[in-house]
Amino acid sequence: MTSLADTQPQALNFECETGNYHTFCPISCVAWLYQKIEDSFFLVIGTKTCGYFLQNAMGVMIFAEPRYAMAELEEGDISAQLNDYEELKRLCLQVKRDRNPSVIVWIGTCTTEIIKMDLEGLAPKLEAEIGIPIVVARANGLDYAFTQGEDTVLAAMVQKCPEKAVPQEKEERGNSLQKLLNFGRKQEEVKAEESAYHDHPPLVLFGSLPDPVVTQLTLELKKQGIKVSGWLPAKRFTELPVIEEGYYVAGVNPFLSRTATTLMRRRKCKLIGAPFPIGPDGTRLWLEKICSVLGITPTGLAEREAQIWANLEDYLQLIRGKSVFFMGDNLLEVSLARFLIRCGMTCPEIGIPYMDKRYQAAELALLEQTCHEMGVPTPKIVEKPDNYNQIERIKALDIDLVITGMAHANPLEARGINTKWSVEFTFAQIHGFSNARDILELVTRPLRRNHALKDLGWNQLVREEAQV
Amino acid sequence: MKLAYWMYAGPAHIGTLRIASSFKNVHGIMHAPLGDDYFNVMRSMLERERDFTPVTTSVVDRHVLARGSQEKVVDNITRKDGEEHPDLIVLTPTCTSSILQEDLQNFVTRASLSTQADVILADVNHYRVNELQAADRTLEQIVQFYLAKARAEGEIPDRTATPSVNILGMTTLGFHNQHDCTELKKLMADLGITVNEVIPANASVHNLKRLPQAWFNLVPYREVGLMAARYLETEFGMPYVDIAPMGVVETARCIRKIQQILNQGGASVDYEEFINTQTVHVSQAAWFSRSIDCQNLTGKKAVVYGDNTHAVAMTKILSREMGIKVVWAGTYCKYDGDWFRDQVKDYCDDVLITDDHAQVGDAIARVEPAAIFGTQMERHVGKRLNIPCGVIAAPVHIQNFPVGYRPFLGYEGTNQICDLVYNSFTLGMEDHLLEFFGGHDTKEVIHKGISAESDLTWTAEGLTELNKIPGFVRGKVKRNTEKFARDRGISEITVETLYAAKEAVGA
Ligand code: SF4
Repeated sequence: MTSLADTQPQALNFECETGNYHTFCPISCVAWLYQKIEDSFFLVIGTKTCGYFLQNAMGVMIFAEPRYAMAELEEGDISAQLNDYEELKRLCLQVKRDRNPSVIVWIGTCTTEIIKMDLEGLAPKLEAEIGIPIVVARANGLDYAFTQGEDTVLAAMVQKCPEKAVPQEKEERGNSLQKLLNFGRKQEEVKAEESAYHDHPPLVLFGSLPDPVVTQLTLELKKQGIKVSGWLPAKRFTELPVIEEGYYVAGVNPFLSRTATTLMRRRKCKLIGAPFPIGPDGTRLWLEKICSVLGITPTGLAEREAQIWANLEDYLQLIRGKSVFFMGDNLLEVSLARFLIRCGMTCPEIGIPYMDKRYQAAELALLEQTCHEMGVPTPKIVEKPDNYNQIERIKALDIDLVITGMAHANPLEARGINTKWSVEFTFAQIHGFSNARDILELVTRPLRRNHALKDLGWNQLVREEAQV
Repeated sequence: MKLAYWMYAGPAHIGTLRIASSFKNVHGIMHAPLGDDYFNVMRSMLERERDFTPVTTSVVDRHVLARGSQEKVVDNITRKDGEEHPDLIVLTPTCTSSILQEDLQNFVTRASLSTQADVILADVNHYRVNELQAADRTLEQIVQFYLAKARAEGEIPDRTATPSVNILGMTTLGFHNQHDCTELKKLMADLGITVNEVIPANASVHNLKRLPQAWFNLVPYREVGLMAARYLETEFGMPYVDIAPMGVVETARCIRKIQQILNQGGASVDYEEFINTQTVHVSQAAWFSRSIDCQNLTGKKAVVYGDNTHAVAMTKILSREMGIKVVWAGTYCKYDGDWFRDQVKDYCDDVLITDDHAQVGDAIARVEPAAIFGTQMERHVGKRLNIPCGVIAAPVHIQNFPVGYRPFLGYEGTNQICDLVYNSFTLGMEDHLLEFFGGHDTKEVIHKGISAESDLTWTAEGLTELNKIPGFVRGKVKRNTEKFARDRGISEITVETLYAAKEAVGA
């Protein structure tokens, strides 16, 4: 990172507002994690409020017999007339009977926090009694925002990762990814392929990504001769990676700071701090940083990055010189802003729910450097933003594109302001070289659409009433 | 504790917020953790609302747990007062505030000393009432609050000279409420009745003091508005009509009840001729019942499930007006189950009162009806069982907030319902006939286009990767990849080729 330290860019400016902003409750991580971890079952221990949110936020997924349910607390549970242990046991046995999962993940909510239900204490007892591992994650709205839910679940799962690879099982177990990549090949070919990897200490990646993206990033590393020995989470709970002391770990998403801390403190892993593989710039630096830590000289990355940028040119033309404003709700904001600034946009403000300056250090440094190189002012980073104030600022700054939650998107559009719904970035495939185009597809969509409508002259679709 | 996958009625605070955000210039402040303002998303999305939803949160976080939220709540109320100048601020408790047991009423009293706006605490308990009951109560509470105020100031007006009505219970996120409201206003105009106030939708709280000048109140929906109507009856002697004008017979019954009330109030109206003309000429429903189409539906089996208002009305329409056999009718309004049972007892074989969707699903599977009339959940059950479903009640999706005019109430409503019923049954029959005569012949063709024989081979892992791509774009990705490979003289497609092609084409 010497090159970063050498530059003397304008320092980033951090602020903290009132925290009155809109975001999803972190229990929403259930929606993507139950799909990612195929043999899991998520039990959200909360109230109708939690259930209502999930039911509506999951949209049509809810009709597909999802492997999730609410353990809905009733008045008797709150007043402790009912025995928590017995109640949870009854429900978990029902889940075991109906779905037979390999793990039950308990999601603690605001209510379990307030009534101090000792989920961490109850879980090991019940686990022993019913014979299914139970992972406890307190992904509640009192402490966390949206994607941080995944962070709490993965941090809890770290504890369940095997500590030592069992020698003969090692071959057998490997990881599903390796098996997949080797699928249908003869043993010799596989052996030959092993030699395609450099001899380096084991590397485990963390962060839940769709399977195709997992394959893509694994292949990128393979091109550099780096073997990914495991991924947290894997496709199945039973395939969680072995994590031994001294392993290297790297995060793929900016919201995984607790998971990173847990891996370092509890499992004595070494964290590779890099910008996140979002956008070709981020991807390249992510790969380079991993290479450099593992003592490998990267090859062909500059050309690869250049090639990707060349393929993006049609989209870049649409956004160059335009301004983007992140209201902040999912913690991907810094990485996305950094990429968009590299694309030629300006960004006056990055709202973000929570900023871990240590975990995001490399990403922040890259943001600073990018602004410097592109000759644009550094954004103001606003932690715990205040949506009301932000809207005032958006109006004053005459922003070209606002990345925001659905609560504000339609009202802003009606006032002639282009918006992109931020949640899409958490569900779309945005990591690695291959998906840079997908990010820009999302970012440019409102601009392309509104360009098509421009000549109709219907930009302002509200009557602004006179201020009282 | 109970294992729950799906709920029909939402938590209490949703009901309160639906009322608060229906009024003009009323601001809801939720006492809730970050993330409970999902109401704003629903309103903005489902109703395609152009304005910011006037709901904010006084956030309950760790700090609040340790110290209590007094200052914060009071500050948030006064801040909103300064920023938006609302007429009324409704402090809305949630499940979280229910167990924190803070004295919210006290905060409200304190805050209102320094605000221009009136401030009230919604009297709803998460653990005792659901969304619908909370909405009903909040509306009553606001009406009560402003009428008490008007009374104290001696501002209660006299009855209007000519017949007039208040329509109670039109809310935001209500099933087809906007269209119903338009239709009811039209109906009132046709009857020569002035609409005095419609509440809460688009109403101003300043106008609530005008409520007592109407001759009577009309409460079209069983779920919301009845408590306010009863309050107005007790306090101001205002009669009310609580017959939902949904379906030809019920619309006539509603109008006759109005006629009776007006005549008792000293008017002299006779609506029989109007009812007759509308029934025979405006609504197509009566004629539809007589037509051969409807004859073909005779004795077909249907099931009905929804909220009280819509499930009761649909059951009566199907059985009484169309000769369809309603095998069972059900509601999720358990708290008002007796009323439901009483209403439908003559129009269906069986009654199902539950809010457990699995029980509803099983009951559908058991009787195998030719059509279902229910909520979005029943529509999905229908999909799984291959039975058509007409959606008649919340919970609903965005497609149930149509832009076009689709009332369920009044005479135009009867037309809409005919279409809904008829389309549900004929779709089912068409499908059945197609199956009978050998199925859709397009199936084969669709497949051919996608898997055009190719000179290229895919490696096993290439194919596995391809199969991970969602079905609806897989064909396109496959074609683009093969074109990419052909252009570059690649004969074997691997995972790498697949992604190289994606990067090149942006497939
Ligand atoms: S913020 Fe708390 S109460 Fe609300 S949905 Fe999330 S966990 Fe449940």
